[in-house]
Amino acid sequence: MLKIDELKVRYGGIEAVKGITFEVPERQIVTLIGANGAGKSTTLRTIAGLVKPAHGRIHLQGEDITGLSPDRIVSKGITMVPEGRHVFPDLTVLENLKIGAYLRHDDLEDDIKWVYDLFPRLKERSWQAAGTLSGGEQQMLAVGRALMSRPKIMMMDEPSLGLAPIVVKGIFDIIREINKQGVTILLVEQNANMALKTADRGYVLETGRITLTGSGQELLTNEDVKKAYLGT
Amino acid sequence: MIQDQKSKKGAVTGLLFIAIVLLLVVLLENLSAILPAGSVPAVLMPTSQLFTVLKKGAVYSLVAVSMNLLNGFTGLFSLGQAGFMLLGAYTYAILTVPVSAKDTVYYLYGGSAVNFSLPDLFGGVDTPAGLILGVLLAILLGGCVAALFAYLIGLPVLRLKSDYLAIATLGFAEIIRAIFQWQPLGPVTNGANMITQIPTFNNFNITDANGTVILRLSTFFPFLIAIICIVVIVMLINSSYGRAFKAIREDEIAAEAMGINLAKHKMLSFCISSFFAGVGGALFAMFVNNAQAKVYTSTMTYEILLIVVIGGIGSISGSCLATFLYVACAEWWLRFLDSATTFASPTAPNRIAFMVIFAVVVIGGSALLIHRERRGSNQVWKQTLVGLVAILLLGWLAWFAATGELTLPLLRTGFRMVAFSIIIMVVVLFFRQGMLGDKEFSDILFARRRNAGKEATK
Repeated sequence: MLKIDELKVRYGGIEAVKGITFEVPERQIVTLIGANGAGKSTTLRTIAGLVKPAHGRIHLQGEDITGLSPDRIVSKGITMVPEGRHVFPDLTVLENLKIGAYLRHDDLEDDIKWVYDLFPRLKERSWQAAGTLSGGEQQMLAVGRALMSRPKIMMMDEPSLGLAPIVVKGIFDIIREINKQGVTILLVEQNANMALKTADRGYVLETGRITLTGSGQELLTNEDVKKAYLGT
Repeated sequence: MIQDQKSKKGAVTGLLFIAIVLLLVVLLENLSAILPAGSVPAVLMPTSQLFTVLKKGAVYSLVAVSMNLLNGFTGLFSLGQAGFMLLGAYTYAILTVPVSAKDTVYYLYGGSAVNFSLPDLFGGVDTPAGLILGVLLAILLGGCVAALFAYLIGLPVLRLKSDYLAIATLGFAEIIRAIFQWQPLGPVTNGANMITQIPTFNNFNITDANGTVILRLSTFFPFLIAIICIVVIVMLINSSYGRAFKAIREDEIAAEAMGINLAKHKMLSFCISSFFAGVGGALFAMFVNNAQAKVYTSTMTYEILLIVVIGGIGSISGSCLATFLYVACAEWWLRFLDSATTFASPTAPNRIAFMVIFAVVVIGGSALLIHRERRGSNQVWKQTLVGLVAILLLGWLAWFAATGELTLPLLRTGFRMVAFSIIIMVVVLFFRQGMLGDKEFSDILFARRRNAGKEATK
């Protein structure tokens, strides 16, 4: 569904992504794992259009979307949950959700209901300012907000960042649930264990290159991955 | 669904409120004619300060709200408001000087290069059609010129952030002011001289054949225009565009990731804000009966900024409320600070006003300080100190009231501005939220109902 070919991204003189090629098949969960500075977030930001690639092409369902502006890319059906949640702190939960659907001009009633069914906690806090939510609730809101654009692909940057293990488990359950309902997911994670258990397919990134590929289970049992990322 | 009903109800209440305000303004203005002659209190006479305050307040509240749209709702800190007001004022003035008056107004340049006048096109200032159509069109064009300049200046400037944007827009306002005073542009802008003889608020008073006023509408007109513009801004803020503006204010990264085009929306907000500042500038020209570049200094921008900060950044009703308070203080209530007053007679009105204001400031200030200390650590000596100072000051006031004669030492021309500086320092230090924070007046008024709504959604 989403195809990345020979993608290179430079920040000034530094090449953060050095030519990676991978694919996200429809209705699957794909994860990119790797250490800090491996180029995971840069890859996501490039796909979202926030950073322009130096080389390479990005195709969504056969259509070239390389270098489009972020709003065009969102309207094509790719949405990103940014790292560190980035909810709009002084706006209410409901307003946050509505901004997620900014580029849509149809009725939002059903989608708000859908998000509230996925996250009953958000419904309780509908009128509360997003900045007053707990970290876990903010992450739920960030996911819900991304879903409001009715994406084909949802990209998540470190959804487990700074959350308690039990909350992380809840978030990953939700990710699986969303995926079951038909949304393709591209997940970037430091928490390799959780990510690989959830993912259909995984890619290991090291300093801007893909060094290992396999299904989630294969990578979980791979000795190198175990040593480097799982700590066992 | 619940939301729609609520907003519909809110709109009806709002419209009703606006209608009442406008009616009250007309009534207040014409009370002097309705009441039997002789029994009219001085404050209600048409020349009273009250109407100056109301007119200027209406104009300034529009400009303050337009600044709030940009600074409070989009998070772009711009200080170019006076420049855009100047553009609106000059556009209005240049287009409305009657053709017959051009030679007198532009006598230094041997007449104007603009050889038409909008009111004249529709039959002249003295006919209702000429006045209303000509003036409204000129005001509208004033806004459009300001918006156009905002677009051009916004292309390079909106890439800047926070302080840098403020500096750039401030510079822009100063440059515009200099250009409009430039001699070679004299045939259009009348150089450094003011453009006079333009239609003013007083032209909207309805007179009979002898020139006697039947119905005064000179305060009603600025109120009407300002209210229409503010309603448009409020509707914009409550639309999905307004939500996008707020999203940009809160978090640019997330807003961009949600598909909000940052450049486009910042430009939109900048141009709309400037448009209404231009409209405000045109109204201001009508208020002061002329257009003169040297009036639109950065001091004027600071006045507006002061109002926005005091009212609460991100609150429309706060801005309106603060405008009228500020204008009333500056033009009326605190005027006595500007002259070395001897409070000779114990019943002199300014003496009573001074004592009331002094007592309120001392009691309110000390109560607040003591309360703040109580919330912090239990430093009793600080509370005692504040209390002692307050008692001393009040004691002085009592002595002053008893002896009845005193020349206050500091009062002289310009002291009013010192008082304002102190007020803004106090606001910034202790009430950073301003009067209403980012709430609206209706939020506070209907707080209970809203809470009930919260319960219902659970």
